[in-house]
Amino acid sequence: MTEPVVSLRGVRADLGSRPVLRGIDLTVHRGEVVALLGANGSGKSTAVRSIIGQVQTGAGAIELFGTDRGRFRDWHRVGYVPQRTTAAGGVPATVTEVVSSGRLSRARFGVLRKADHAAVRRALDLVGMADRAKDSVDALSGGQHQRVLIARALASEPELLIMDEPMAGVDLASQEVLAHTLTEQVSQGTTVLLVLHELGPLEPLIDRAVVLRDGCVVHDGPPPKAVGQHALPGHDHVHPHAPAGAEPIRTGLLS
Amino acid sequence: MDFLDYAFMQRALLAAVLVGITAPAVGIYLVQRRQALMGDGIGHVAMTGVGLGFLLTWSPVWMATLVSVLGAVLMELIRWYGKTRGDIALAMLFYGGMAGGVMFINLAPTGSNANLTSYLFGSLSTVSQSDVTAICVLAAFVVLVTLGLRRQLFAVSQDEEFARVTGLPVRVLNLLTAVTAAVTVTVAMRVVGLLLVSALMVVPVAAAQQITRSFAATFAIAVAIGVSVTIGGTVTSYYQDVPPGATIVLLTIGAFIVLTAIAAPLARRRARAAAVSDATADPAECAIPGSRAAADEVGV
Repeated sequence: MTEPVVSLRGVRADLGSRPVLRGIDLTVHRGEVVALLGANGSGKSTAVRSIIGQVQTGAGAIELFGTDRGRFRDWHRVGYVPQRTTAAGGVPATVTEVVSSGRLSRARFGVLRKADHAAVRRALDLVGMADRAKDSVDALSGGQHQRVLIARALASEPELLIMDEPMAGVDLASQEVLAHTLTEQVSQGTTVLLVLHELGPLEPLIDRAVVLRDGCVVHDGPPPKAVGQHALPGHDHVHPHAPAGAEPIRTGLLS
Repeated sequence: MDFLDYAFMQRALLAAVLVGITAPAVGIYLVQRRQALMGDGIGHVAMTGVGLGFLLTWSPVWMATLVSVLGAVLMELIRWYGKTRGDIALAMLFYGGMAGGVMFINLAPTGSNANLTSYLFGSLSTVSQSDVTAICVLAAFVVLVTLGLRRQLFAVSQDEEFARVTGLPVRVLNLLTAVTAAVTVTVAMRVVGLLLVSALMVVPVAAAQQITRSFAATFAIAVAIGVSVTIGGTVTSYYQDVPPGATIVLLTIGAFIVLTAIAAPLARRRARAAAVSDATADPAECAIPGSRAAADEVGV
């Protein structure tokens, strides 16, 4: 086996007094595309958010590229696409401005050079949003917004992409663009860890599925086949909601 | 332009311009993180600093800076750890700060509620040379942070979770924003007063974003509005004998109303143009759907 890019061993996490992860093991090897599946509240979002350090873990070890997460500094090797609900500011911002933030991990002291601006343009090209570069992100549809967030993750030219429900609330045209973009990234050797509600249009890409239930891994292997109505073409449920405790705490005036 | 002959007016105008620059420059990040009322809270806490300044016969400006910086750091810590009870803790901090200010200033031998009023609502004409020095130093710090770290602060204020994955020191940047906001409050204290500070942080940004699409343009126009209204308000108060703080804030709200009135028809025209281009791209009539509703029907 190739070197693990992401490795979780016995990771536990609580939100408030409720255990959300009860000791999960998860390994993603270089070049793999792994889907993290499970019902709402199964802990899949919490698992990826613990990898990036957004959720405090109670026990267990998390490693990125073989380095303990606490000591990991090469963040430009990681591209992260959060659930779309987290990324809305109270001030207008253009598509370019948002995507440029993704390049900060490669920029010294936050100064973007010519090569950085070129990388931002390339990332926009990859998701087919170059013609909207100067538009405000508020003017975009859900699917276009999601493409912008993926471009932001790609701007640092990462080796590992972590995506939290990239297809939630995304129109069909954007789903195709996203699937195409992801296929291209994977063919260039990018490792991908995705949280998905169901496999959907990304199914052909996925090497391995890890299924969580109540904070435990209940399946780790080939992606499960869809059955019954879920297997029908065009079937798509979209539940862009997460367990109440996992919502970003950013709702009040001063919160 | 005869008002420029008076030293007190020169000092007042300099202080006003610096406030016009710094308040919206910090305010834009607060608005971006949806903490528009943070400045108001810091203003309340700064009152304790003013009161302590009088009680200990220190400079009220520097004492207010110290106390409001401590208060802002405390607010940021409450935001991290407080979670559900955070808003109650913040409320206690704000009103405790206000009550502390009134208490200390009344205990002070030289203090009275009249002194307090000049800090609550501003008192431009009494800005002293040492006040101006303090305001210049503090404003330089604010400009340095808000412009120099604009990309980092933008990223953290836009999406904290993503910013963490770019390796930015999110907590340090959050604390720096809070401290910078606190410093701005004390810069603006003598000009518009502690109770009106927040207006100058928030309203120019709100006005600017009526007509802008980018963060950079919003920043520039908000600062331009800030400088225009602080100069306009100061000069108006010289000729008309009206309180400068209130004049400045009312002018800012006026700017917001004017820009909103200009922007509304603009937005309508843009929406109409977008609708026309959509109609050419998609058939106007609904076709019979193939099997089920498409995913893009979900309104988010």
